[in-house]
Amino acid sequence: MKILENHEKVIIDNIGVDTLDLLRMKSTSLRKALLGMIYCAKTGHTGGSLSSVDILTVLYYHVLRIDPKHPKDPNRDRFIMSKGHSVEALYVILADKGFFPLEELKTFSKFGSRLIGHPSVKVPGVELNTGALGHGLSCSVGMALAAQRDRSAVRVFCLMGDGEQAEGSVWEAAMAASNFQLDNLTAIIDRNRLQISGNTETVMKLDSLQEKWEAFGWDVHTVDGHDFSALTKAFDAPQVLGKPRMIIAETLKGKGVSYMQDNAKWHHGVPDDQQYHLALEELESYMQEVRGHE
Amino acid sequence: MSNTIPNRKAFTDTLVDLATNDPSIFVVTSDARGSVTLEKFADTLPGQFVEVGIAEQNEIGIAAGLASFGKRVFACAPACFLSTRSLEQVKVDVVYSQNPVRIIGISGGVSYGALGYSHQSLHDFAVMRTFADLVVLCPADRFQTEAITRWLAEHDVAAYVRMGRGPVPDVYANVQESFTFGKANRLSEGSDATIIANGETVHHALEAAKILGAQGIGVQVLDMPTIKPIDRNAILSAAVETGLIITVEEHSMFGGMGSAVAEIVSQEHPVPIKIMGIPDEIPIGGSSAELFAHYGLTGDAIASHVMALIRKFKR
Repeated sequence: MKILENHEKVIIDNIGVDTLDLLRMKSTSLRKALLGMIYCAKTGHTGGSLSSVDILTVLYYHVLRIDPKHPKDPNRDRFIMSKGHSVEALYVILADKGFFPLEELKTFSKFGSRLIGHPSVKVPGVELNTGALGHGLSCSVGMALAAQRDRSAVRVFCLMGDGEQAEGSVWEAAMAASNFQLDNLTAIIDRNRLQISGNTETVMKLDSLQEKWEAFGWDVHTVDGHDFSALTKAFDAPQVLGKPRMIIAETLKGKGVSYMQDNAKWHHGVPDDQQYHLALEELESYMQEVRGHE
Repeated sequence: MSNTIPNRKAFTDTLVDLATNDPSIFVVTSDARGSVTLEKFADTLPGQFVEVGIAEQNEIGIAAGLASFGKRVFACAPACFLSTRSLEQVKVDVVYSQNPVRIIGISGGVSYGALGYSHQSLHDFAVMRTFADLVVLCPADRFQTEAITRWLAEHDVAAYVRMGRGPVPDVYANVQESFTFGKANRLSEGSDATIIANGETVHHALEAAKILGAQGIGVQVLDMPTIKPIDRNAILSAAVETGLIITVEEHSMFGGMGSAVAEIVSQEHPVPIKIMGIPDEIPIGGSSAELFAHYGLTGDAIASHVMALIRKFKR
């Protein structure tokens, strides 16, 4: 528990403006925190949380118009975590933003905790219960459609996994978003190329996702999902009128920890004591490197 | 008094009326505007109408998203598809995420009898009533359909409603007396047995009571439009007062309204129960009326079952 408490401190120290280096430091501290959470709980989806945390950092510290003090403000932007198994990355961010007390992260996956292993609307800041894949985009389409019909400025963002692209309902939603000309909707794919059984292209070939989404009528941007400059540019690019936006974020599963990186075993692997401390050392050394830029 | 208005039409007429004065009422459908009779809604209220194409999973997901923005959403399509193809969306996006979508399954049961098992929904009460807090309803006639539609527009609940395709004889004289949420309606008095029916079996149950009455057998008929939450008190009173219960429904004999009744009676006041419905087989092809007759869900068949049960258990 003490270890996790140290991370809480790390997170708090790093709240700041969204310069690229501060986003880098923020995401590094979030990586430490989510690993601490998984290490304490002895369960969690480590690899996908690490691959998506940079995307989430850009969303929550640069893009989303949300106010933790008013989590139900009807004019807030909506974020849907369709790849619900990467919930650890979402929880540490929501806690860091102040949607619920940081202290509560210690209860992750414990009996009776509201911080269960997939997003739950009982947690302030969570918009939809997910965990069954292929649902988030349809619900996001419904939300974006409501905003469009209301002529509201609310924007909707939805993060999916790449393995999730095999679900047929994703493509029903893809078709509908383009049909309804939802230019207030942005979807992101965490393209880490690994799913629980191995390489996505071996399990069920997905390439070319760029061409598929373009064929479905989306404005598609493929970027390096760990490059904050590329990510912020993709999110900040002017919306193409009448088209939903897709950001295919090419990522590495387990990003930031050498022995987890690009290794399907870490889909829901939990670090032991030694592995955990090694991960912290690596992340801390990266943090020092970024700090050196300042 | 031959009624020509199907329940689905009573539903859409009421909904157009309500939605004209309430812009938050939305309809989502999956290429089913004809089967649901939504043409008027689509033409007069296009801003509140959402067509998703033949994509029932997406239909429920979109409906849930709209509901999360405060829209009063009615997701309408054939019951066979909504209660099967989109079941996980009902479970996760509607029930679990607490988005109050009204799921309207039309042409339910064996309405599409001649189209085969793919188009029948004889499992829908069973699956829907196991989802936490999901309201499950099945109207008996056009008046009750209107009352249920009005109730749903006024209450932000997640609900599954099943209604049939063809017109059914009127059970009620007006909308007002036809429906109280969560309550059974006692349609006839008697102390020899109770028939509990819902949906399109109610008028057959009343016919059975008439046949039995002519032979000096007094039967209590309960219409159970709310399958969940079911009217526990009415069921227990019937068990106490008549000591014999027969349930009749256009559903598999497993898991439906009859099972819900049996769960209460067997645990709280055991009396003999007979569950009438479609047996555990792929139903024979034919019209709805032919299937009702084939599976013994008509007045005379119900009456002879009741008679046999009275002989077996009470005399």
